[in-house]
Amino acid sequence: MKNFFRISFLIALFFGFQLNSNAAEKVEYLKTDWSFKGPFGKFDRAALQRGYQVYQEVCSSCHSMKYLSYRNLVEEGGPEFSVEQAKAIAASFEVKDGPNADGEMFMRPGRLSDKFVMPYENEKAAQAANGGAYPPDMTVLVKARGGGVDYIYSLLQGYEDPPAGVTLDDGVYYNKYMYGNKIKMSNQLSDGLVEYSDGTNASIEQMAKDVTTFLMWTAEPHLETRHKMGFKAIVYLIILTVLVYFSMKRIWSRIETKV
Amino acid sequence: MSEHEYTPKSKVGKWFNDRLPLLTLANHLTDYPTPKNLNYWWTFGGILTFCLITQIVTGLVLAMHYIAHADMAFQSVEHIMRDVNYGWLIRYIHANGASMFFLAVYIHIFRSLFYGSYKSPREVIWIIGIIIYLLMMAAAFLGYVLPWGQMSFWGATVITNLFSAIPLVGEGIVTWLWGGYSVDNPTLTRFFTLHYLIPFLILGLVVLHIWALHVPGNNNPIGIDIKKPSKDTVPFHPYIVIKDGFALLMFMIVFAFFVFYTPNILGHADNYIEANPLVTPAHIVPEWYLLPFYAILRSVPDKLLGVIAMLSAILILAALPWLDTSKIRSAVFRPLYKQFYWILVADVLILGYVGAMPAEGLYLLIARIATAYYFLHFLVVLPILGFKERTTPVPLSITEPILGGSPNFATVKKKDSFKDQ
Repeated sequence: MKNFFRISFLIALFFGFQLNSNAAEKVEYLKTDWSFKGPFGKFDRAALQRGYQVYQEVCSSCHSMKYLSYRNLVEEGGPEFSVEQAKAIAASFEVKDGPNADGEMFMRPGRLSDKFVMPYENEKAAQAANGGAYPPDMTVLVKARGGGVDYIYSLLQGYEDPPAGVTLDDGVYYNKYMYGNKIKMSNQLSDGLVEYSDGTNASIEQMAKDVTTFLMWTAEPHLETRHKMGFKAIVYLIILTVLVYFSMKRIWSRIETKV
Repeated sequence: MSEHEYTPKSKVGKWFNDRLPLLTLANHLTDYPTPKNLNYWWTFGGILTFCLITQIVTGLVLAMHYIAHADMAFQSVEHIMRDVNYGWLIRYIHANGASMFFLAVYIHIFRSLFYGSYKSPREVIWIIGIIIYLLMMAAAFLGYVLPWGQMSFWGATVITNLFSAIPLVGEGIVTWLWGGYSVDNPTLTRFFTLHYLIPFLILGLVVLHIWALHVPGNNNPIGIDIKKPSKDTVPFHPYIVIKDGFALLMFMIVFAFFVFYTPNILGHADNYIEANPLVTPAHIVPEWYLLPFYAILRSVPDKLLGVIAMLSAILILAALPWLDTSKIRSAVFRPLYKQFYWILVADVLILGYVGAMPAEGLYLLIARIATAYYFLHFLVVLPILGFKERTTPVPLSITEPILGGSPNFATVKKKDSFKDQ
């Protein structure tokens, strides 16, 4: 068994090294302490609510959130707005519904069961309004980028004047964390851009962190349940493994062979 | 296989067993004499069975909620992740389950390579195993296409395009596979159908694999033939059942860690971007378990020869029982083979590493050397080693490993003892 573990360990080490080396070739992202990291990680409720506000007031004019519904805002493990708050949020949007009895499409206030209203009718309209670049849907964005939350968090703060020798076309901006350093989204955040109702100072860093936290939740709405269940499952498995180990020793003690 | 003189105790049992000897089968499985010196590398057969069942069960549930349509597949996967009760759990088990399945199968295969389990009289078990492995790769590839993300789409494009390397009919075959002139909805629906079919083919082959195993019985770390049953063996139940169970639980802890804490680390971020035929990802890479073969494919400059090299790299394993000319099974008694074995392990790991890297410069050079060595190991080293190597004395039985006999004697003994069974 010793040999078995030694070899398994070496191979695991090799794979660990591979995963690390894949990460190492990328740029160093800005770091911050995420409350949802680690086996006991949870979302910071207030950060999620603030993050929703940043998304709503800043991002949502271009970026859709098509897999999220207003009801999700109420659900456990998310921003946990009250039902009234979420209903009010939903009702502040106009949703196209129909056709009605006369065969006409009509607009009505949003309901909890509605998906987040899209900023543009379709992808082409989004491209036309943004100089040909399609602002990606944000629901699973943090999972769709190599650096995950650190990448998004850094990107939002990564705008700089282009270094000498780099020329940018109209409507293209320089961002030191963007792949290829050229991005069609202009710098969106500036100090005090939003007014947080809980009195938190809306610095660029704070807004970047809040909205990234929100995006982590939209990508992984069941993250808290997953962490909690994982802990229980692994503790259960470890206890069972120990019990089975001693049963095995007992059974194998009937014969003179080590196990 | 020894004849079973088994009579059920109850009248009903006897009545039934005379018509369908299921109870005899159950009795054979519990009593099955297993070498008592099997180490933990032997527990991966049971672990693999668990993996297969897990994939089938979670896959069935996923298929109830998944929609195989180019416009809806990605969205339906998000629906599973968000709105289906514990859908995220089922999907993460299924996605990481594929990786765990391959992890286990690679250990299983390399165990066989080390202890010479593929040698006579176990060639058929080995060949069925290679077919299962091929089907696993097909199933994994097809399954990776179903979420219809960017890597799904472009992976499917790259792999199906390999068939275009076939002279004359290649292009026609690719169009036929796609069901059109590019990877699109018809491709997705047929991939879904095949992804659903293959696991059941694997299940059937697993039954054959185990059946074929139960004819000569397990190989063992010493690699000698043993009398069954004897003091060298233990009944499968409870000895091996509890030991396999213990190993399975440890495996499940690792599995659970991936599912609950790093469910996406083995996947590629690009697969959370919906498939877009107009945007090609910067690097198209397959899942980690296919990387060594991907490296072999890319290390050959010619497309057709590359495809042939990749396929040969797998199929050469089927010829292994005849390429390895040594009469001694276990590497324990083969000092030279043992060293070449570890070089091969390193070689495959290196191939996996360069498979993940862009095919250029130093990486390409390393890939070419590693590919050449891979074939050299099977085609040159193994056949010669069997004749040249001075093996160390092989014990005559498991219980008396100290009393050495000559390897030749052990070989002579082998044939007779096999006939006895």
